[in-house]
Amino acid sequence: MRVRNRELFGLLPAALLVTAGFAGVFIQRSDNFAKLQSASLTYGLIFLGLCLVGHIFIRITLPYADPYMFPLVAVLACFGIVMIYRISTTDARQQAQWFVLGLILFAGTIVVFRDYRKLERYRYVIVTVSLLLLVLPRLPGIQDPVNGAYLDAHIPGVIVFQPTEFSKIGLVLFLASYLRDTRQVMVMSARRFLGVTIPPLKHFGPVLVIWAIAMAILFLLHDIGSSLMFYGALLAVLYVATNRISFVIVGLVAFGIGAWYLGAHIPHVHARVEAWLHPLSPTLYNQPGGSFQVANSMFAQAAGGMFGQGFGEATLVVPGTHYPLLPAPDTDSIYAVITDELGLFGAAAVLLTYLLLIARGFKAAILARDSFSKLLAAGLSAILGLQVFVIVGGVTRVIPLTGVTLPFISYGGSSILANFVLVALLLLVSDRARRPSSS
Amino acid sequence: MNAPIMRLFGVVVLLFALLVIWTSRWTVFDSKALQANPLNARTVIDEEKIDRGRILADDGSVLARSVRGADGTYTRTYPTGSLFAQAVGYSITSEGESAGLELSRGSELRGLQTGLSSIFGQLGGSTQVGDDVYTSLDPKAQEVARAGIGTHVGSVVALDPQTGAIKVMYSNPSYDDNDPKAAARCTNSCLVNLATEGLFPPGSTFKVVTTAAALDSGKFTPNSIINGKSPITVSGFPLENDAGTSYGPVTLTKALTDSINTVFAQVGQDVGRPTMESYMKRFGFYSLPPLDYPPDEMTASGERTLRGKLLYPTSDQVDLGRMSIGQDKLLATPMQMAMVAGAVANGGKLMVPHLTTRVLNQDGQTVETINPSVYSHVMSLQVAAEEAQMMTDVVEEGTGQAANLEGVKVAGKTGTASVGPTGEDLDDAWFIGFAPVAQPKVAVAVVLQNIPQGYGGTYAAPIAAQVIKTLLGEGQ
Repeated sequence: MRVRNRELFGLLPAALLVTAGFAGVFIQRSDNFAKLQSASLTYGLIFLGLCLVGHIFIRITLPYADPYMFPLVAVLACFGIVMIYRISTTDARQQAQWFVLGLILFAGTIVVFRDYRKLERYRYVIVTVSLLLLVLPRLPGIQDPVNGAYLDAHIPGVIVFQPTEFSKIGLVLFLASYLRDTRQVMVMSARRFLGVTIPPLKHFGPVLVIWAIAMAILFLLHDIGSSLMFYGALLAVLYVATNRISFVIVGLVAFGIGAWYLGAHIPHVHARVEAWLHPLSPTLYNQPGGSFQVANSMFAQAAGGMFGQGFGEATLVVPGTHYPLLPAPDTDSIYAVITDELGLFGAAAVLLTYLLLIARGFKAAILARDSFSKLLAAGLSAILGLQVFVIVGGVTRVIPLTGVTLPFISYGGSSILANFVLVALLLLVSDRARRPSSS
Repeated sequence: MNAPIMRLFGVVVLLFALLVIWTSRWTVFDSKALQANPLNARTVIDEEKIDRGRILADDGSVLARSVRGADGTYTRTYPTGSLFAQAVGYSITSEGESAGLELSRGSELRGLQTGLSSIFGQLGGSTQVGDDVYTSLDPKAQEVARAGIGTHVGSVVALDPQTGAIKVMYSNPSYDDNDPKAAARCTNSCLVNLATEGLFPPGSTFKVVTTAAALDSGKFTPNSIINGKSPITVSGFPLENDAGTSYGPVTLTKALTDSINTVFAQVGQDVGRPTMESYMKRFGFYSLPPLDYPPDEMTASGERTLRGKLLYPTSDQVDLGRMSIGQDKLLATPMQMAMVAGAVANGGKLMVPHLTTRVLNQDGQTVETINPSVYSHVMSLQVAAEEAQMMTDVVEEGTGQAANLEGVKVAGKTGTASVGPTGEDLDDAWFIGFAPVAQPKVAVAVVLQNIPQGYGGTYAAPIAAQVIKTLLGEGQ
């Protein structure tokens, strides 16, 4: 079967999922089947239509691109819209609008950066803008701390957005471009010590820089998760560029020390760590900014069990009130809602979908023929994986809870837009890599 | 650069494996503990969404049912109110509080979820409907017991000695289980079920236990002659018969008929501490009753120190002679004394008492049947028959004549335990018995607390007779 036809068939699961999902939520809400048919089919059809538009666009512009990436994104986005619809109908309508905007931005990225390698020329502009974006949420008049973390930039009356979502792409782009030039230098003139190849001390410069960026994020944004996500992805790019495990070891140790020191000295970060270690302590549970959210994420997952309670069955607020049982169910805690309703199996299926998407990203990196493309695709895939790990790890208590989004599923405009740009770049790399080399 | 990319993907796979492992920790391995955590409000909320099954009486009348509210949650109503409050208990799901059968049969009332039905039940996501719990409780006899106790503090327990099925379990004070919050504020501990938790000195009703030990151990026969003079010295203090009456040498049968204290004190001492202890244990003393009722709402009968610690007859602190006539520091629940009567009635075989007879799901299928089972072999069939005859004499010509019924042979034993400060002359009035003697269908224990001059034969025996009469009347 031709590549693009495979992609078209790949959209079928997404279409079925969104229709069945909406039907499920409707059945749970009311026994009105007449209303169910028209409304759920409308939603299903609109989403299927949007996915088809996206597919036709790829068919025209990127005929050789990976056929599984877009359907996997469609499955995640469709699943996300159903989950959000189930939590809040108004949020779902807005999310659908963001989805449309995201597709437009997706198309725009593909058209404008058809030859994405020209992005390299602007690498210092990109890194400056990315770093400025990171600082943005701390600027007076814009800052808007949520639970003590500075992740939102709030320009009053205009927009609330999460700059980190965009700067993650910018920073990976910059590092991929920078290391394409310097990787050879870093690898050469290395010594070996205890079986580990150690480059000269001066080449640890880039490690130091990305370490400083991560610490700055932790210090400025008060957010361990974002910091870990950035640092991990940049370290991954560095590792792929140099194939030197010593960078990773030194880098992780440095991060550990820095995170430990700042974690103990920034009150908000310290509180998050305490909540992570002792979520079921009654004092922490009842304390503002304590472990209420972590504990209730665990309770929600426990209620889900192996197979979940069923779509629309999770208890999100105390019945008859608006008092939330699970804070931020449509953003931070959406994974807990998924586990509550679909159980361990449903949650594992969602994680597997992400893993497949990330695998396709790494596949594009392997197939790519130039260093920049390889580093870019590997870095973007790694940061996508780390973002999922950071938020799901926070909800499942692998690491302290943090306020990043679950890509394509969580409610949030910035997240949808940025991640569509990320996938557009991956598809661009993939198309170039798989194009027959006659030209 | 491809090798590090592959390794990098390997790291991502490992990280995702961590996520799945941690998710399964909360969803599977720690799920039960998390759901039971007191901080977890959703357990209570989910409980409110369950359409709990009904609790029904023997005649099919409803003792407890769920009512659906406007917000889709369920609350409990108890149509019979205070009549069955202690046996049925209450369930306030919003507070996570329950008592009585509502607690002990909680998992059935919520609906037993097993195997495939639990998986499909979860997938369906529909309202969880509980199973109906059928009891052997008899509303008419329960009403008779309530009328008999009247305003006194006391309790009546009646059971089928052949099966162990509880027919009557009433105690006063009672409470309206539609409003247990109000009952919790009541000054005389209304929420306490005196039938299973109330400790009363059993007085002469305990002579039934002493007699069983005496006969079954082979040391005595119903015709053994013992001197019934009064007073005698027991443990260094004089022990008198009622009204100081001094009897000469009498048979054991005569001693039981007239409830001669001095005889039974000697019998108990002759039988000895280890034998008395072993027979008491066979009757169920020193253990919680094996009843399908919350353990926290039951008390073990036996000798107790002033601090409430159980004291075994083999201990030097027990005055064996006085214990053998139900005095000393001996305390028993009405439930325990009904089991004593039941064991004699059923040919020496004590059946496990139970309130529940069967559990039916919403489709009317029986999901659980409680079959009669033997708790212990207390005494031989022959000894039981001999003792039944002795107890029949008590009712026909002794202290228990008020329990006589027309056309039915009743066996029994009275008890009058003097309580309160000396000189006030307050008694706990007891009667335990069973009928019909030839093939007993009912065993009963009645106690009324703090009655002035409260002879068991005067106060308790007529109530027992009425309850027996009602239960036997329905059986025909």
